[in-house]
Order: sequence, then structure tokens, then C-alpha cells
Amino acid sequence: MSTIVSPEKKAARPRWQNALLSRDAVMVAILIATIITASAMLPRFASPLTVGFLLIDVIPVLLIAMPMTLVIIAGEIDLSVASTAGLTSALMGVLWQSGQSMVTIVVLGLIAGLLCGALNGLLVAGLGLPSLAVTIGTLALYRGLALVTIGDDAVADFPVEATSFVTSKIGATGIPVVMIGALLIVLAYAVVLHMTPFGRGLFALGFSTEAAKFVGVKVDRTKFWLFVGTGVVSALAGIFWTLRYSSARSDNASGLELAVVAAVLLGGVSIFGGRGTILGVVSAVLLIGTVNYGLRLERVSDVVLIIVTGALLIISVVGPRIAEGVATRWRGRRLRARVSPTSS
Amino acid sequence: MSNLTATAEPTEQDSTWAARAFESLRHMRELPVLAALVVLIVVTYAVNPLFLSPQGVKDLMLNSTIVVILAVGQAMVIITRNVDLSIGSIVGLTAFLTGTLFSGNPDLPIAVVLVAGILLGGALGMFNGLLVTLAGVPALVITLGTLYIFRGLNNAWAGGTQYFADDRPQAFGNLSVQTVLGIPIITLIAVAVVLVAGLVMARTRPGRDLYAIGSDPDAAKLFGIPTTQRVLSAFVVNGMLAGLAGVLYASRFNSVGATTGTGIELDIVAAAVVGGVAIFGGSGSVVGAAFGAVLLTTITSALTAVRVDKFWQQAIVGVLILAAIIIDRLVAMRNERKLRAEAQR
Amino acid sequence: MTSNHEAAPAPVVLELRNAVKSFGAVVAVSDGTIELREGEIHALIGENGAGKSTMVKILAGVHRPDVATFQVAGEDASFRNVGDSKAAGISVIYQEPTLFPDLTVAENIFIGRQPVNRLRLIDRRRMRRDAAALFAELGVDLDPHRIADGLSIADQQLIEIAKAISMDARVLVMDEPTAALSGAEVDRLFTVARRLRDQGVGILFISHRFEEIFALTDRITVMRDGAYVSTHQTAETTEAEVVREMVGRSVDQLFPKEPAPIGEPVLEVTGLTRRGIFSDINLVVRSGEIVGLAGLVGAGRTEVARAVFGIDRYDDGSVTLNGTPIPPHDPQASIDAGIAFVPEDRRKQGLVMDLSVARNATLAVRRELARMGLISASHEREVAEEWTDRLQVKTSSQSAPVSTLSGGNQQKVVLAKWLATEPSLLIIDEPTRGIDVGTKSEVHRLISDLAGRGIAILMISSELPEVLGMADRVVVMREGRVSEVIDRSDAVPEAVMRAATAAREEVPA
Repeated sequence: MSTIVSPEKKAARPRWQNALLSRDAVMVAILIATIITASAMLPRFASPLTVGFLLIDVIPVLLIAMPMTLVIIAGEIDLSVASTAGLTSALMGVLWQSGQSMVTIVVLGLIAGLLCGALNGLLVAGLGLPSLAVTIGTLALYRGLALVTIGDDAVADFPVEATSFVTSKIGATGIPVVMIGALLIVLAYAVVLHMTPFGRGLFALGFSTEAAKFVGVKVDRTKFWLFVGTGVVSALAGIFWTLRYSSARSDNASGLELAVVAAVLLGGVSIFGGRGTILGVVSAVLLIGTVNYGLRLERVSDVVLIIVTGALLIISVVGPRIAEGVATRWRGRRLRARVSPTSS
Repeated sequence: MSNLTATAEPTEQDSTWAARAFESLRHMRELPVLAALVVLIVVTYAVNPLFLSPQGVKDLMLNSTIVVILAVGQAMVIITRNVDLSIGSIVGLTAFLTGTLFSGNPDLPIAVVLVAGILLGGALGMFNGLLVTLAGVPALVITLGTLYIFRGLNNAWAGGTQYFADDRPQAFGNLSVQTVLGIPIITLIAVAVVLVAGLVMARTRPGRDLYAIGSDPDAAKLFGIPTTQRVLSAFVVNGMLAGLAGVLYASRFNSVGATTGTGIELDIVAAAVVGGVAIFGGSGSVVGAAFGAVLLTTITSALTAVRVDKFWQQAIVGVLILAAIIIDRLVAMRNERKLRAEAQR
Repeated sequence: MTSNHEAAPAPVVLELRNAVKSFGAVVAVSDGTIELREGEIHALIGENGAGKSTMVKILAGVHRPDVATFQVAGEDASFRNVGDSKAAGISVIYQEPTLFPDLTVAENIFIGRQPVNRLRLIDRRRMRRDAAALFAELGVDLDPHRIADGLSIADQQLIEIAKAISMDARVLVMDEPTAALSGAEVDRLFTVARRLRDQGVGILFISHRFEEIFALTDRITVMRDGAYVSTHQTAETTEAEVVREMVGRSVDQLFPKEPAPIGEPVLEVTGLTRRGIFSDINLVVRSGEIVGLAGLVGAGRTEVARAVFGIDRYDDGSVTLNGTPIPPHDPQASIDAGIAFVPEDRRKQGLVMDLSVARNATLAVRRELARMGLISASHEREVAEEWTDRLQVKTSSQSAPVSTLSGGNQQKVVLAKWLATEPSLLIIDEPTRGIDVGTKSEVHRLISDLAGRGIAILMISSELPEVLGMADRVVVMREGRVSEVIDRSDAVPEAVMRAATAAREEVPA
């Protein structure tokens, strides 16, 4: 009779899994280390000015990354977010020119975002189409509608009060006032994902649709609302973008979708769904922002900096895979060494 | 399910010629896009005959060329159930390489530059392919990362430098001006690419392997198809085609610099999808993708020709993409229903 | 008809002796033996879980046996992968073949070996001609042109067989090929099989249907509990004899259900029908009662349970729990009403493998857990601890990912998750699949204990001893219908087997 080897006996596995669980801790540690290093090495880094510029720069990505995190954890993706922001921006410009009040404009902008999200949601949840393909389509559609709305024009004469509010700081801290709003949204999404029954369901959904159905998750409805969420928050980011630069254009925020997805994945959210945290994503957004800002202070050209984003992203997904592969191979060899004397 | 079928059943397939023809037509995924293209051209021509003037036709072909080459490469990758988002950056790098080479040595033969661009593109594609196959990370993530890295390299290399048409030899620019039988030379290159790639995908074992891999990756492995090698080569070929497109870009357009080719990746994926390439692999063809690319670029000119506000163009492209996906889904649903009905017999 | 009876036996083409294969602590095959001769059709039979599928996978090169003597055509064989098995001339036809849906029929036969011309281009005309010739040889009419997507399972199997012939297979293994076929399709398959046998191919035929086995095969090998039992000439044995050998095991070695007072009906299912899947299912489960749902794989047992719980839709019929109708297609409503469902696939349906033990254990009660909409981590841990302690889940910590647990402990987490909802009906699908023996009896004791507390239990199981040991009543399904309801006192292995496998009712033409 052969010896019964039980490969389930934990070799490297639990340790590895634990490391994965504490990925957040690693992200936060890297972020803090980066900030400390930057402060020590760059004399101008540790100042309220830095805080102000850095934070105000990351707000659009930070905002959209929140609903995107939930969408990706649930096993889908939304590439139309930047176009939604652009459409909102274009709409704001036209509405402002036609003499609407700022309140009306913001409300209508948010409604536009909601509709964009709802269309994505209908196509994905209602018709069961792949979100990757659908949102590439709506990416073109919403950007196209932005063009239809405002054409080549740029509306720049937004009221000074509105634009200065968006860039104003809290006292001498350098923290932008709108950061409070952004923080509230981050908190709201963190609570929804990590502390509500809905959030629990999302992890199940991303892991396996079947597993989610068995615990009563309403798959279609859940997905629909996730897309509505990305639509609304993207509109909010579009409003912020417009007022910050005091410019409503059809091409505002274009290309932002990939920056958002990159930040979310760097933050440890699995592209296959089922895994990720808000803390990790926020750390990733701030990490990218800090590194970029620090290097910019060192006069490294802006455009070169995107290498950092790309490299971080690849290392963060490939690194663990290689480590896992090495561990498995090593374990496999040991196992085989133990079995071979008994097998023929 | 089964207890009523004891009667001697005739064979299930009606193998009459007509049924067979219909069957293969139904499965010709290029058909809708081809029909749309024909309708578009005919309608536009009816409204504005100038649309098909010699110059109009030439412009149509020139505008489509680069997108067609990229769509062919992308289709090969998508058919294996992968995607390459970094092609815009590859185009940027190779276009800038072309500018650099010519500005340094104006007498360099064009062939050398072409080869250099294709090799660089192939190397970048291999980088993507190796990361995807060896690390087993989804191509979407990897190529999103390399999109940034390649673009960053391009920026670091180019800085503020731009090369203009004047920096390049006349003969090179002429590739996009001179015609053979009314077809611009770079378009002829694109046509050759479509034909060769189409032949490889339809009529060679490695080409068919790519379909098998995209159709069912696990089964493909079980069947002994060298999946790693095949997927890797799809990425390499796609990179080479992006490299070729980059060189031709430098011939066709006035300036190349740090941002050349930015943001075209999703347009190219869209062209493939519109051309009937399923986003999750296994079906579609490079010829269809090429038609998709021609359709998307032709719409721009057509809208101008019929005096539709040019701003509508992109929105219409979006609608087209959605229509392509929805039609695909509806067909699949109809087939499923038919199957279920059959099962109930 | 069977030519190899009188003459000397044909040479042995494949021989696998004393094979052992275990997965972790679970031994799937402890002593597997099969001998296949040229030009014979040889049946391999046994209960679900007897180890037939593992044997097939060893022959196919999917699994490597831990220990075995293995020869193909007189030469030692040791397959590292499926390719080795194919190269040795073995082809396996599975119950549901894996074809490439996007490729044509002809290409599916020749993928990787397409005929090419001098330019290395695929000669499509020749490929189609070759495919057509193969189909002609098999005597079937299939269009080599068409895309494989949408073909019936019967046609897909024929394509696999055509492929096997084109590869000059010496051995054809058919793993329950008839399970999903109609009568006419079965006849066609058998004609093809006989034709191949007459050409000298050795065919290993795995089936549960005795009338098919006795109509088709030359010899029969019986397996039980992962071990070889016997080999008979088909003409010299009877159905009764092989059934006895298949189930011949005393049932009392398993944990029997403790007697419990049986109360009012909890679950009542009337006329439940899903077209093409199951029809007119009537079921009653009373409090304190364990109803075993038995039948072959594919008889529709799981599908019925899924429809009752609301995972799948149904076309007709009704479900009530404690007299209250349960709305269709709404699992959350079922959970709220007091139904719990432990699904068969722990890793894909029962658990979220990436999440912690605590999160998994509280997933079904996540809504009750929330106070003012929010779940507090400490409350979550309390609830999780309560239930995992009661079920004695062995884990390093509540926050350990559930994937680090053993199969048995994972199953206990699934049970904990559902017991936390305090259900009045527990549906449990294959409660002990892939679990080591020790935990198995623990799970049995637990189920019996739950029944003792008045919970109604509907247990789907493919393991006959489990059903016979645990169930107060056995409902046997066959081909989407309830074929028989057997009381505990009458539930002997032979009776259940017969009800599950009896001949299909053919409607005369």
C-alpha cells in the first residue's frame, strides 16, 4: 500500500495568505516611508503648499477610484468614467452659458452622471453583456455626447466664488476644503464596502456569482446600482475638474479611466474580483500622487512620471505571482521527493 | 427529455446546399460590419457624390491604413482571450524612433527604418507577452501597466523634441502620397498585412490554435496545443504590427513626438469588436477587424460629406460598438433558446 | 454476434492492475483493476463513488496513480499527461465532451493535425473530405462544415469518436456516454460502438443502465469502494448478481440516524416543473424527518433543490414552507422564510474562499447582523465563534481565510453559516463529498442531531449507504421525475438501485 501523502498540510500557504491579507499594511507602510523619504530629501516637500497641491491633484482619481473599487471587487469594470466626467463638464459649460444657476447646473450634472451609470448598469446587469466591452462603447458614446453638447468650445467664465471655493484651503494647513467632501465620499464607500451587508455580498459576488446567489445576493440589482454609483461619482469628479480649472471642455479628464483602474489594482484589488479594500486603494492613490509630486519637485518631467504608475502596477501584480510560483514549485519538488520511493 | 424520441428519427442535419450556405453565412461574423460599411458608403455617395471622388477615396484609404494594421494585430491578441492596451504607446515609441533615425541619417534606406520599427515593436510586444504568459496575470492589467511604462519611456526619450515632415526624406513621405493603381503605398502595405494575417489565421495550424486557445484555454492545453508559445507569438506579432504602424504614422502625419498615438488603444479594441471579434476570444477574424477599422474611420468622412455635425461622429461610434455587442448577444440568446427547444423535443 | 466467445480470447490491449490513487486523505481508488481485450466492449460498473471516474482519468492521463501496474499493448505505460495517453492509442469520450465551440466540426476533429499542403496551408477541402469519410465510416450524417457551437451532446460525442478513429485509437473509453442521450441517439451510438469493436478496437463502457450494459457489452467488471470486485462474461451473469456485488456492503458501518419525533409537514412541493429538466415533482418533508433524495447523477435532484430554494426559475408548480408559499426565484426570501441550502460544490458555491472563516460563517445572516445598517466586527466575530464552536471547526483563527482549512472543516463552516440562520428546513446536497472518514461521521451525527431538534432535512446524496443510513424516507428520481418513494423499512440497496436505473419507458412508435 502506498503512503498517503496529504498535500493539504500547510506548507508555505498560510504564511503566504497572511502576507496577502496584510497587503494593506504594506501599502500604508510604503506610503509613509515614501512621505518620510521625500520630506527628508526634498527641502520644499514638507510644506502646506505640498499638501495643498498634492491633495487637490489626486481628488479626481481618488473620487472615481471609490466606486471603481466596488465595481472591480464585484467582478466587473467601468471604463466610461472619464467620459462621464467629460460629459458632465461639457453640460456644465453649456448650462452656465445659458444662464442657469450654479445649483441647477450641479444637480443636472449629477443627474447626467446617474443616467450614464444607469445605462451601463442596464446593459451589463439587464442584458448580461460583458462590462469591459460595454463600457468601451459607452466611453466613446459619452465622450461623443460631450462633443455634441459643447463642440470645440471651452467655457471658462465660471463665477470666481465657485472656482475659488474649490481651490480654497482650510486655514494654514494647506488642506483643500473640498478634501472634506472627498473624504466623506471615501468614508461612505469604506463603510458600504466593509461594514454593510451589501458590501459583504459584493465580495461573494466577485468570488463567484453562484456563491453570491446562494446567500441571497440579488446579482443583477446589485450590479446595476454599482454602475449608477460610478456614474454619479464620476459626474462629481467632472464638476470638480471643471471648477478647479475653471474650464468646461469636451475633452476634460480624458484618459483618466486607465489612471483610476491602475490605482485601484495597485491598491490590491483583484482584477478577477472578490478581493480588495478601500484602505489599500486610498494608499495607492496617495502613493502615486506623492511619488509624482516629489519627482516633479525634482524637476523630473511630468510626462515621464507615468513610468512610475506603470511599473508599480506591474510589480504589484507580477511580484506576488512569481513568489507564489516559486513557493509552489519548491513545495512540489519536496512532495515528489517524498512520494517517489513508493511509486513504481 | 428523451422518452418521446424513440421513433426512428431521420438525421438531424438538413444537409441541403441552401441550408448549409445559410448556416455558414449565419456564422460569418464579418457580415454585419461589411453590410454596414456598404450601406454607409452607398448612402453617403447618394447624398454627396463628391464622397467618392478620387481624392475622397484616397483620403478614406489613407485615414484607414494605420487603424487597420493595428486592428489586425489587436484582433489576433483578442482572439486568444487577451488584450493589448499598450499599442498606442508602442506606436508612439516606434514613430519617434523613425523620426530620430531619419534626422540622424537622412540617407538611411527606408527598408532599414521599417525593419528597425518592426523589431522595436516586436520586442515591446514580447515584453508584454512574457509578462502575461509567465506570470499568469491578466493581459488587461499587464498591458495597462506597460501602456504607462512605454509612454513614459517615449516621453523621457523625446522630451520636448518633435520631428516634422521636413526632417524626413522626401521618398519616405511619398509612401503616403504616391499611389499604385490609385491606392496609396502605405495602404497597399496595410492590405498586404490583412491578407497575410487573414491567411495565417484561417489556414495555418498556429493560426487555428489561436482560435482554440481563445475558445477554451484549458481544453487547448489538454489537446496539447503549446498555449504559452502561441499566446506569446500573438503578442509579438501584434507588437510588430504596432511597430509597422508607428513607422507608417511618421510617414503619414506631419509631426511625431512624445504624445504620438496616445489614447488610440480603446479605439482599436472598439474597431475589432465592431468587426465581429468577440471580446472574450475564440471567434471573429482579422479581416472583420479590418472592416471594423475601415467602418469607424469612414464614418468620420461620411458624416462630413453629408454635412452632419462632425461632433456627432464619436457618439455614433459609441452607438456602433454597443450595437455590435448587443447584436452578438441577441444571436447567442436565440441560439441558446433553439438549443433548449431541441433538448425538450 | 460476439465473435470472441468460441475462439481463443483476443490479445489484451490494456491492463491496469492494483491501482491506488488518493487525494489528500481521501482514497479514491484503493485497488483498481481492469483488463481490456482487442475487439471487446467491456463494461465498468459500480455505485457513484466506487472509483470509476478516477480509473477513467488514470487511463486518460489526467491523474497519475500513486501505485499501479499499467500496460498498454504489452508495454509498460506511465502517462505524465493527456498527450501520453493519446499517443499510446487511448481515446476518452466523456459524458459531456469538450469541443471548441467556435471551430468547425472538421477542425475539432483535426485540431493541431490538420492536413496541410506544400505551403503548410491547411487543406480545408481535404480536411472536410476526411471528416466526411470518418462520418461515413461511422454511418452518421454530420456536416463537417458547421460550427461546433450548438451541437447536441450526442453529435459532440460522435465527433469525439471520429477524432479517436482518425488518431487510430486502439482503446476507446466511454464515460457514461448515454446519460444525456435520447433513445434514438443511444441506438446510433451503439451501432457505432459495435462497428468499432468488429474492427478490433477495445471499448471500455461506463454506464449505470443495466439494459444497455446487457445489450451491448461482452464482459463486465464490477468495482466497489475504490476496489476491484469481479469480472464476468456478460452472457453468463445476471443483473441481480452484479447489483449485489456493487452494493454488497453492510450499511450499519455508517452512523445511523437517531430516532426523532416526526411532526408537521415543513416543506411541501407540488407539481414542480422546469421544462426539459424535471417535471411534476411532489415532495413533503416533515419536521424532524430526513428525506433522502437519491438517483443517478443527472437525474435532476440538484436542479429540483435549486428551484425550491429559488436559485433557478421553474415553469410550474408551487413550494410552501410551514404552509406559507415561497416566492419563486428569490433565494433571499427563501432564507428569510427559514430555508437553508448547503450546496454540492463547496469551493464555488458554498464558500467564498478568499474570505475569512468569520465572514463566511456570517454571510447568510449578514442582514440580521447589521445594527442600523452597519455590521460591527466584534458582533460578527461573536456570532461566528458561537456557531463555529458548536460545530467544532478547527481553525487557527476566525480571521484565517477559509481556504486554509481542510475539506471537512470547510464543510462545517458551510453548515455553521446556514445553522446561524436558524432554519426550519435544511437542504443539503452531497453532505460528505470529498471529506475524510472521521469528519464524515461527525457530519452525519450533526445532521441527525439537527433532525432531533425538529429541523426538516432534505438530503441529496449519491452515496447509497449514506442515504440508507440516514433517511427516514428515500425519494428516488430518474430522468427528471420521481420514480419511487421508499420507506426506511423497505429501503434496501437493491430497491433504490432498481428505482434509479430502471429501463426508460419507451413510447412505442
